Parts: sequence; C-alpha cells; structure tokens
Amino acid sequence: MALTAPPLADVTASADTLRRFLRGLPPVDQVGAEARAAALATRSIKTTAKAFALDLAVRMVDLTTLEGQDTPGKVRALCAKARRPDPMDPSCPAVAAVCVYGDLVPVAVEALRGSGVRVAAVATAFPSGRAPREVKLAEVRDAVAAGADEIDMVIDRGAFLAGRYLDVHDEVAAVREACGHAHLKVILETGELATYDNVRRASWLAMLGGADFIKTSTGKVTPASTLPVALVMLEAARDFRAAGGRQVGVKVAGGIRSAKDAIRYLVVVNETVGDDWLTPDWFRFGASSLLNDLLMQRRKLATGHYADPDEFTID
Amino acid sequence: MSETPETSEVDGAAGDGTPAAGGALGAAGRLAVRKTYKLYIGGKFPRSESGRSYEVRSADGSRFLANAALASRKDARDAVVAARAAFSGWSGATAYNRGQILYRIAEMLEGRRDQFAAEVAAGEGVSAQQAALLVDLAVDRWVWYAGWSDKIDQVDGSSNPVAGPYFDFSVSEPSGVAAIVAPPRSSLLGLVSVVAPAIVGGGTCVVLAAERCPLPAVTLAEVLATSDLPGGVVNILTGQVGEVAPWLASHGDVDVLDLCGVDDPALAAELEAAAADNLKRVLRPADPDWTADPGLGRLRAFLETKTVWHPIGT
Amino acid sequence: MPFEYAPAPESRSIVDIAPSYGLFIGGEMVDPVDGTPFKTVNPATEEVLSEVVAAGPRDIDRAVDAARTAYAQVWSRLPGRERGKYLYRLARLIQERARELAVLESIDNGKPIRESRDVDLPLAAAHFFYYAGWADKLAYAGFGPAPRPLGVAGQVIPWNFPLLMLAWKVAPALATGNTVVLKPAETTPLTALAFAEICQQAELPPGVVNIVTGAGDTGRTLVEHPGLDKVAFTGSTEVGRQIARSVAGSSKKLTLELGGKAANIVFDDAPLDQAVEGIVNGIFFNQGHVCCAGSRLLVQESVAGEVLDRLKRRLQTLRLGDPLDKNTDIGAINSAEQLERIRTLSEVGEQEGAERWSVDCPLPDRGYWFPPTVFTGVSQAHRIARVEIFGPVLSVLTFRTPDEAIAKANNTPYGLSAGVWTDKGSRILWAAQRLRAGVVWANTSNRFDPTSPFGGYKQSGFGREGGRHGLEAYLDV
Repeated sequence: MALTAPPLADVTASADTLRRFLRGLPPVDQVGAEARAAALATRSIKTTAKAFALDLAVRMVDLTTLEGQDTPGKVRALCAKARRPDPMDPSCPAVAAVCVYGDLVPVAVEALRGSGVRVAAVATAFPSGRAPREVKLAEVRDAVAAGADEIDMVIDRGAFLAGRYLDVHDEVAAVREACGHAHLKVILETGELATYDNVRRASWLAMLGGADFIKTSTGKVTPASTLPVALVMLEAARDFRAAGGRQVGVKVAGGIRSAKDAIRYLVVVNETVGDDWLTPDWFRFGASSLLNDLLMQRRKLATGHYADPDEFTID
Repeated sequence: MSETPETSEVDGAAGDGTPAAGGALGAAGRLAVRKTYKLYIGGKFPRSESGRSYEVRSADGSRFLANAALASRKDARDAVVAARAAFSGWSGATAYNRGQILYRIAEMLEGRRDQFAAEVAAGEGVSAQQAALLVDLAVDRWVWYAGWSDKIDQVDGSSNPVAGPYFDFSVSEPSGVAAIVAPPRSSLLGLVSVVAPAIVGGGTCVVLAAERCPLPAVTLAEVLATSDLPGGVVNILTGQVGEVAPWLASHGDVDVLDLCGVDDPALAAELEAAAADNLKRVLRPADPDWTADPGLGRLRAFLETKTVWHPIGT
Repeated sequence: MPFEYAPAPESRSIVDIAPSYGLFIGGEMVDPVDGTPFKTVNPATEEVLSEVVAAGPRDIDRAVDAARTAYAQVWSRLPGRERGKYLYRLARLIQERARELAVLESIDNGKPIRESRDVDLPLAAAHFFYYAGWADKLAYAGFGPAPRPLGVAGQVIPWNFPLLMLAWKVAPALATGNTVVLKPAETTPLTALAFAEICQQAELPPGVVNIVTGAGDTGRTLVEHPGLDKVAFTGSTEVGRQIARSVAGSSKKLTLELGGKAANIVFDDAPLDQAVEGIVNGIFFNQGHVCCAGSRLLVQESVAGEVLDRLKRRLQTLRLGDPLDKNTDIGAINSAEQLERIRTLSEVGEQEGAERWSVDCPLPDRGYWFPPTVFTGVSQAHRIARVEIFGPVLSVLTFRTPDEAIAKANNTPYGLSAGVWTDKGSRILWAAQRLRAGVVWANTSNRFDPTSPFGGYKQSGFGREGGRHGLEAYLDV
C-alpha cells in the first residue's frame, strides 16, 4: 500500500520530523468513526459464530486485578480462575494472561507455572505515569526480573498533550529496551487524550517507539475503552503494518463487562483488520467481570437455557 | 409623491424625450434628436443581427412611436450566452453589493421618470397622470426588490434541527439563467416586477419585452447600462413572442422559463412542454394586478434551496 | 481461523402477505373496475409474493373522485389541529408496526433488513411526526397568513425506498390539507398496501389517502388525470420529463425529484477512513438504488492510490446475500430489468476502456444480484461517468486542484447531491457554495432527516421535500 509518509525510520529523527509526521496522519472525523463503530455493533452473531467468538474472547482475556487491596491470596485465586475459568467444563479454554501490579508478579508467576497463562504487570507509575523516568524503568526491570511476560506501561499523557511527542516516543523506546524479552503493551489512556486524532497519533507514537501492543486504557479513567476508540487504534495498527512497520497487537481495557460487548469488539477487529489479529497474540481484553459473562453465555449456548450466576466462581 | 415638476402634456410634440418626439419643429424652433431603440445584450446595444425592425405605434394605433429591433433566434441565442457568462460573477457578488447596484438602478430610474412616463402613456394608452403613477410604482417596486438581496436568505434559509450530530443548513441560491416573457400590457411596472425578482437573488435573465409597447424596456436597458449592473445580467429583447419565445423555451442553457406575458394558452402550453426537455422551472402565464403587493412567490421561483450537512465533532 | 458469521435471518413470520390485493379507494380495499392483475416477486428469490392490480383508467377515476370528495367534504374543512392528530396517529402506527413493515419492505424490495430496519422505517415514521406538527402551524410557515391547500394530489413514487418515499409524499400533502392518490412502484407495492391498512387503523377519513397500484401506464393515467391539482413524482429524469410535458398548459402544480450522478470529492487532507466509509455508504447503500448515490468518486490525484487501496480493502468486507439476514450489507437488485441495465452499462464501461474491479463474492443462484463494482481510469467522456446507473457501480476519476474538482463535479446535467471530504473548514464552505446541487454532504454522505430540505438543481428536478420548504409543494403559493 502506498502511504504518503516518509520512511518510518526517519520519522523519529527529531522532534520536528516526528511532529510533522503525526500531524500529517489522516484526521479522524468523530461522527464518522462513531457511526462506523455503531454500525458494526449491530452485527448479529448467533449460534456457531457466537460459540466461536465466546471461546476466542475467553482466550483473549487478560484477567486483571489492579486494586490497592490486592493480596497474594487474591492473586492466587485469580490465577486459579485464569487456568480453568469454568471448572465444570473441561472444554473451556484458559485465558491469555493475568494482569497485576509489579509487586505481585512473583505470586502470579508461581501460581501460573506450567499453565501457558502469561503474567502481565502494569508499570511506569501506573496509572498516572507521573514519576521520574528512572523510577519507571526500574519498575519495569524489576517486574521483568520477577518473571513478568508482559509489561503494560502508560504513556506520559502530560508530555503528549504538551506536544512533546519525542519525549513520549523516547520513553516508550526506553521501556521497550528495559523489557528485554517481555512483550510491551503501551497504554494510551484514550479517555485523557480526548480526541480520535490524538488516539491515532498516540497509537503511531507507541508503535514507532517499539510497542508490541497498543492498549486503550488503564481502567482507572472514564471513559475507558470504547468501540470507536478500538476502531481507530486498529486502523492505526493496520496502517502501521501496511506502511512497512511490524504487526502490532491491540488491547482494549476498562468497562468491557458483557459477552455482547466483547463480541462487538471482535466484530470490529474482524472487519477492520481481519483474521491476522483474531488471536490472543494480537488482540486482548483487559477485564475482570467480563470473564464470567462469557462463561455464562457459553453455558447458555451449550445447554440452551440461562445459567445461575452462582454456578460460576467469583474469582 | 412626485417631486419632479409636472411634465408637459405628453403628446409627443414637445421634443421632451417622448417617443418619436420632434416630428416637427418645436416651439424653440429646434428639431429634436430621436432615439434609436435597440436590443440590450451583454451590456451592449446591438441592432438585431437580422437587421429587422418593427413599427411601434401608440396604444390606439394612431401614431408612429419608433421602430424597435425585431429580435431573431440568433439574438435570443446571443442573449442567453451573455446571461450565462454573467451568471458566475453576479451570483458570486455579495448580496450587499447586489443590493447596492439594484438600488442604484432605482436612482437612475427615478431620474428618467419623465421619459418613462411619456413612453408608458404612449405605449399603454393611459393618461399622463396614470402613467406617472405607474412609473412611481415601478421605481418603488424596484427599491422594494433591491432591499431583498440580503434578506431573502434570512427569510427563506434555515438551520435544520436534524436528529443527529450534524449541523444542517439550507440556503437560497439562484437557479441560473431565466428567460422571461414580460407582461404584454404593463410595459414598465410589469416589466420591472418580473425582472427584479429574477436577478436580485443572483440570477441573470433574458427578457422579451412587451411586444407592442417595448419602448420603456429599451429605456430601462439604458438605465441598467449606466447603473453598475454588470453587462449580461439583464438582456432585453424586443420582438415577437411567437418567434423568439420558442427558442428560449427549448434552449438547453436556460434554467427558468417565466411565461408571465404569454397571452395565448396554446402557445404557453407548447412553450412549457418544450421547457420540459431540460426540466426548466416554469412560471405559468399570469396577469396579476401589478400595482398590488407582489409577495415573495416570484422571488422564490428563481431560487433553489441548497442544504448542507456537516458532522459536529472534535 | 476466520470468524464466519452464522446466518442470522430476521423472521418473516411477522408479515402476513395476502395472496392478492385490490385497490385502496375511499377508505376500503376494492376490486378493480378495469384494472388487471400482475404479480409482485421477491427479487432475492424470484418467488411470487402476491398478485396486485394494475389500476385502469376507470379505477383512477374512482380514486380521484374519492380524493376530491374527501377533500371537499372533509379534509379541507378539518382544522389543522385535527389533521395533525391523524398524522400523529399514522406516525405511531408505523412505529408500532415497524418490524413488520421492515421485513415486508426487504422481502418486496430486496434491500437488507439492516437498512429497512435502521433507515427506512425510522425515517418514514419521523417524517409523519414532523409534518403532523406543521398541520396547525401553517400560518407561521412563511407562506402568508392563511395558506391554502391545492386540492387533490397525484403522487407517483419509486421502488428504491417504497415506504419512505410514500411518507415523503403523503405526510406533507395531508398536513397542508390536500388529499392524495398515490401510486407505488410496480415492483414494490406491498408496504403501500400495508399503509392502506394503517390508514384504516388510524380511522383516517375515507378518500383522504387512496392507493392505486400499477406500472407506468397506471402512473401516466394518474398524472394526466384532469381531476388533479397537483402532481408529485419521484423517479427517473426521463419519466419526469414526460410528466412535465404532460402537465404543460394545465393548472397542476408540479414537483419532481429525479435522477442524479453525484460526485463525492475527496481532498488529500480528508479523514480517509471516514471518507472511505462515506464512499461506501454513498454508492453501495441500498445497492446503489439511490437517486443521490455518490456514483462518481472524484479523488485528488495525490491520494488516489491510497484511497483506492483502502476502498477496495473495505469493499471486501461487504456481505452480500439474503436481504433478511441481519448481517447483510448488500441485498438484491430490485428487478431483472434493473439488473440488465446495470450489467449493460458496466459492459459499456469496460468497452470504453475503464478498468473494472468487482468484489470477489459468491452470488446466490436465484434472484437478481450484482457485486459491488468499482471502475477506475474513468474520464468525464465515459458513459459510466455520465449516465445514472442506479446500481452498485462506482466510477473513479481524479482531479488536481479544487477548481478542477468543482468543475468536474458540476459537469453533469444533474444536480441532486454532492459530497466533499476535507479537513479544512474554509474549503468545505467554498466547495459547498460552488457545487450546483440541492444537497451537499460535507464529511458525511447519504444522510436524511424530515427537517432537512431535499431536492435537485437542474435536471434532477424541482421542488423540495422535507423541512419547512417541503410545505410549499402542497400549498397554493
């Protein structure tokens, strides 16, 4: 695909080239993007398609707990759930990862050993990102050393909104380096970026900086993930690859509570970037309560009647 | 009402600008200089390319008033070309500017009241007093329309409260080139009442003057030519409705056909049917009381409504 | 592993199609006097749906008489307030029966249920709602202190939005105090006949709305009927011309909403993803059976490649098939005749040297289908850039400067709609001012609303439908 951008390598040569590049990205019309997302949300996913989507969604879940009151016990319970989301149904797949604060990574690593479920840690002064860079990098190195497979960093929204794009980029690049073998998910916190133009620019910034995933939200800010935000980020990932970049995954997080919501996201993925992104390697849901609704819908599909919520474990 | 001194008894003998004035030596022993009544096309005053003219006589047929140009098919064609050429500039002018120019025309009309009155009286067969009144009404009518240039869109336009995140507004725009058959008996007031609404919104026109009393139309052309109105905005033909109108009705580059002055219903139907070829907007024959409040009907008939949508978002 | 959507058909058990229908005259379904039966089929399956009547001249006489009687004796005497309440009833009944009417529309027309459900039906109800409110406020509409209705209106509507076009015609006519004889299109009579039943449920006075089915002959008989005061037509420019000729010399007021060959102008600074959506919505909405379809894409040469890449990629995701499937984007072509026209013109496009690209999707074995198709390398001189195809066929042309874009966009005898895509506000207003079209969609496409006047310049017709402006067509002003 022809893209009227300079070769990507030159984009980050200076603050000026980066700013010019980001400003040269096609703008996003809010109403049009939201209308497209709303239209996709009307897709009717039934029977076999629904079964496929529910299982896929389960496999894409980053089961998350990011609370001040998190304890090793809570994390162990969550890990047990992650390994076998529906203990009564052996056909139910495991989730993709468990996502915790950095200090609880050792607990999760221990609890998930041998399961194939990955351990993700939020880092870089999550959720605000307000800390000196060295502190942030130390946090990342610590989590990786403790065995985290994936690091969910937050971008410096203050720097972004102040127009210091190169600073944001450089920080992502520094974190990427600190991650070593771990996958890096870059949280844009789209609710604070406010416009879709910013979401698109921040997506490109993160991808240029070396993100393996771009992620919508921390879950601590409203609005968190929305369908049109996901659409714009998926378009950015699509365009980035088409422009000669890598394939970058997308993670939506925050406020996704129902199976219906999750399926809508999968439809958006399917019709925006297609099959290539329809695996847990390239698309994730950051969620906690979503999982149980997925399980209940799986059960409904299998048995033909609605289940009692208490048939599913609370964590 | 009238600030100008009473004119002479308009009888064509006083050498005062009356048509065919100065058939004989006037009181001062001077032979008047007569006017040649020509066409008005693209801001110029050509004779008919056909070289033809026809005799214009007083309403009662008793007196020769002038020879008017007998417009041909090709004159009509040239007039449409001129009107089309003028359209983009005139429709693109600001409404304020159009209003200024139209008001300027009213000023010039006022200055020629006597001449118009004489021509109207002679051509329509009305009394001098009645003719003067008709001229006054015509000037006032022109002033009335001039003021609409920057108001019609505020009256006719709208912002439309659509059920969605869109700003949606409608504006009036001129349809384009109008071909007008002027009222046959109201040679100035009627003429002004069909020409002004056709151009105030930014349209241009070709008008076929009243066949038997075309002289005020030519004098109006002289007013237009000296009023900053861009050439081609109004083009005035004199001649026969039956000969010229069919060419205008079937012309593919005419957008509006005003059959106002077509007296013959069979011809009007024929012209309307011909206008269907390129789906002209058609105003059917009408013979209203020209002294009455004209309303907005005519003005609107030369306008299109354009609706523009745009999303509202960040 | 691909994410395949399982069939998700809307149930058709909600509709009850009678084996045959009469004509709706004087408040009742009546047998024809001199009409003859013909069949209406489901274009997606070629299944015969019902037998309806091609009304004859005497049937039309009866219908016009019924409308005249209702006008003189009831409707013109009714206070606007009461007329308005009838219209509110009609709006509510349409809303209440929306699902049924949507399914019926999709079965008879071939359009995807997603569109009949989300576009046609909500807009039809909204149109009645909007004009209901005008009925007792006409004195404030700017057409004089006591504007008068015209009398009896003959209305002929097309097959592309059957019920919505009915609403566009009937609602303003009734609100202003006229009575109507409406002829739905030959291939899509069923929702109009369902509307007849709705008129009965609303207890609308007999004769205020009369519905006569039939084809071109019936339509011609209707518009030429001397008992009409008003003719309103939506359809092809050619038929519009014939109607304009036929009313010449009469006192019938005429409004026409005709064809188009709209340009969608995409500048290099446009929001490209939304522009692509707009292009898709512009020409592939309703299988391109839209008079204001954006059938000419004018794209700035500097982004032409990128826009086309994005467009083609997007088109591959369109889902063509069963109109009743809730996930269908592209339904059936409305008739065998229309399909033939689309095929013929597409072949002409190829013969004239344009490059044809169609979405690679399987077409159902039965029914009338045409894949979304894009022609590139099109120039103004190609027939596919000039003739209204009325199908899912897009012609792509390029331009270099804003002036060139406008010149090309306006270089058509039509003037119904136009689109412009750019991020620059002043350029939008500049373009909107210069485009000779009745509707300009800037950074959006194919939007409709009852408050928003719609209608064409030049050979796209005259008169406006919708909004305050739409009242004028039915008032003696």
